[in-house]
Amino acid sequence: MTVRRLAAEQPESFAFTPELEEIANALIAKYPEGRQASAVVPLLWETQKVAGGWLPEPALRAVADRLGMAHIRVLEVATFYTMFNLAPVGKFFVQLCGTTPCMLRGSDDLKSVCQRRIGEQSHVSADGNFSWLEVECLGACTNAPMVQINDDFFEDLTPESLEKLLDDLAAGRPVKVGPQNGRHGCEPVGGPVALTDPGLYAPRTKQEDASSTSAPTSGE
Amino acid sequence: MLADKDRIFTNLYGLQDFSLKGAMARGHWDGTKGILEKGRDWIINEMKASGLRGRGGAGFSTGLKWSFMPKQSDGRPHYLVVNADESEPGTCKDREILRNDPHTLIEGCLIASFAMGAHAAYIYVRGEFIYERKRLQQAIDECYAAGLLGKNNVHDYPFDLYVHHGAGAYICGEETALLESLEGKKGMPRLKPPFPANMGLYGCPTTVNNVESIAVAPTILRRGASWFSSIGRPNNVGTKLYGISGHVNKPCVVEDAMGIPFKELIEKHGGGVRGGWDNLLAIIPGGASCPVVPAEQCEDLIMDFDGLRAVKSSFGTAGVLVMDKSTDIVKAIARISYFFKHESCGQCTPCREGTGWMWRVVHRMAEGRAHKHEIDMLLEVTTQIEGHTICALGDAAAWPVQGLIRHFRHVIEERIDRYAANPHPQPVAAE
Repeated sequence: MTVRRLAAEQPESFAFTPELEEIANALIAKYPEGRQASAVVPLLWETQKVAGGWLPEPALRAVADRLGMAHIRVLEVATFYTMFNLAPVGKFFVQLCGTTPCMLRGSDDLKSVCQRRIGEQSHVSADGNFSWLEVECLGACTNAPMVQINDDFFEDLTPESLEKLLDDLAAGRPVKVGPQNGRHGCEPVGGPVALTDPGLYAPRTKQEDASSTSAPTSGE
Repeated sequence: MLADKDRIFTNLYGLQDFSLKGAMARGHWDGTKGILEKGRDWIINEMKASGLRGRGGAGFSTGLKWSFMPKQSDGRPHYLVVNADESEPGTCKDREILRNDPHTLIEGCLIASFAMGAHAAYIYVRGEFIYERKRLQQAIDECYAAGLLGKNNVHDYPFDLYVHHGAGAYICGEETALLESLEGKKGMPRLKPPFPANMGLYGCPTTVNNVESIAVAPTILRRGASWFSSIGRPNNVGTKLYGISGHVNKPCVVEDAMGIPFKELIEKHGGGVRGGWDNLLAIIPGGASCPVVPAEQCEDLIMDFDGLRAVKSSFGTAGVLVMDKSTDIVKAIARISYFFKHESCGQCTPCREGTGWMWRVVHRMAEGRAHKHEIDMLLEVTTQIEGHTICALGDAAAWPVQGLIRHFRHVIEERIDRYAANPHPQPVAAE
């Protein structure tokens, strides 16, 4: 368990924007009549985006009212799920996976980079650009070590590539999402060992959809 | 090594066309209507005959699980819920299905729902998989547009498929916690019975399956139960997604046969242990909750449910974490203990208090700052947590520590000796 409390300083109010209202309607429509509470986690997530990366207390109340839930129920949910930030985060919020598979491949070195570049965990840098947090397994273990920055995974990192990534983000330069060492996804470095038989993909490519099917996998 | 023609996930690496058209070119959504026309009983019997065991870790027969759903609706709707809350350290296989081969899963959802009389299904994706969730939704939208899903679809079976997501709680991978979360509550596991097949989502009959279990179903039904069951060895059949992480030269996810020797898996797909086979210290074979297996037992290790049980560990989700001799094994397990401490939902006292207690003790032991008698005390405490909680998170937290003590007690003892032999300043009380 982790102790998670609301931030001491809170804004006065929070109002649903028309866009958020639209999202709320679409989310609620996924669940049967009268089960709109099911939308609470997705709606809080969308609300967090609108509210600037964190969930102020008035926003929790607004979500509860929108879903017809008691305020305390939404407070419970917001404090239970760790992706809900209860205090402001940086414009680029770096979540660094520190669990064993990443640890074995050097996440401690990445932590030092964050510490040096951004400062203490859970503190927003002076320019408001960055904050970072060590989190539990993000589910990209074969591409360890990795970080998630806002919505995107950056994988197969080294201290150098993380530094460069932070530099690029700070300077507003475009960055490449995903593995930072030339891999495409979860295949082995240097190209797949499996799924190399061109026969798997060949038969239909010769027909009408030759253009839409990319080339068969091969070691690159 | 499994032949490429026997692999189900032909776009595992995302190098092919991800769209519906591409998926159809690879053989998905082929004759789905014909499968449904064979009827519920045929599908369930075929799934049972295939010998598919749930791929989420527990290894329960998927066909049997489907058969637990009521044959006739008593007025309540039935639901299929797919568990895509993949969060166990070392496990990252479902992610590849979600983002690269989602049509295997979507088609599987339709077939499984049909077999269980469900007209709606939810896929619960872990919150952090934002890109994966978008890709899955994109694939579902394509299916709606093509008339494969929806109220009036080409299969003449009204069916709606929804993507739901969590927000960073490992415990929601436990099926009843997942249902709680899906209902908009904290993810705290429910007491069983009643089981979800009777009282699941919204109090209605529900089956919760792992992504991989559902995604392999269409191919099994197309190619036949006997094809699937001919791969692997009895009781451990079929193909399986393996994740290879940690100290190997080429970490990857790969689909191969159940029962592949560990050495072959690592050498062929993982590029070998970093520094060579002799540099292997130990592995955690199927996700962080599985007890550690030392190198000497890895020599002839068979990667399947029975193979891992023979070495007192567990196959789990087949996410293998390899550790070479540079690893501080006590620290590695301490970090896993911290994970479970962080992820305990706090409902049951043995787990809420025990996970934190274990972490603090193992963490001290990693430094050597402990007494030797504490090792047995720690072991005793793990048995007080194991089996004394509503869900398996308590067990999952206890097993890695038990595995550590079983195989690496000498390492802990050496460390305690080393710490004791070196003079340390007396701790000063806080002023």
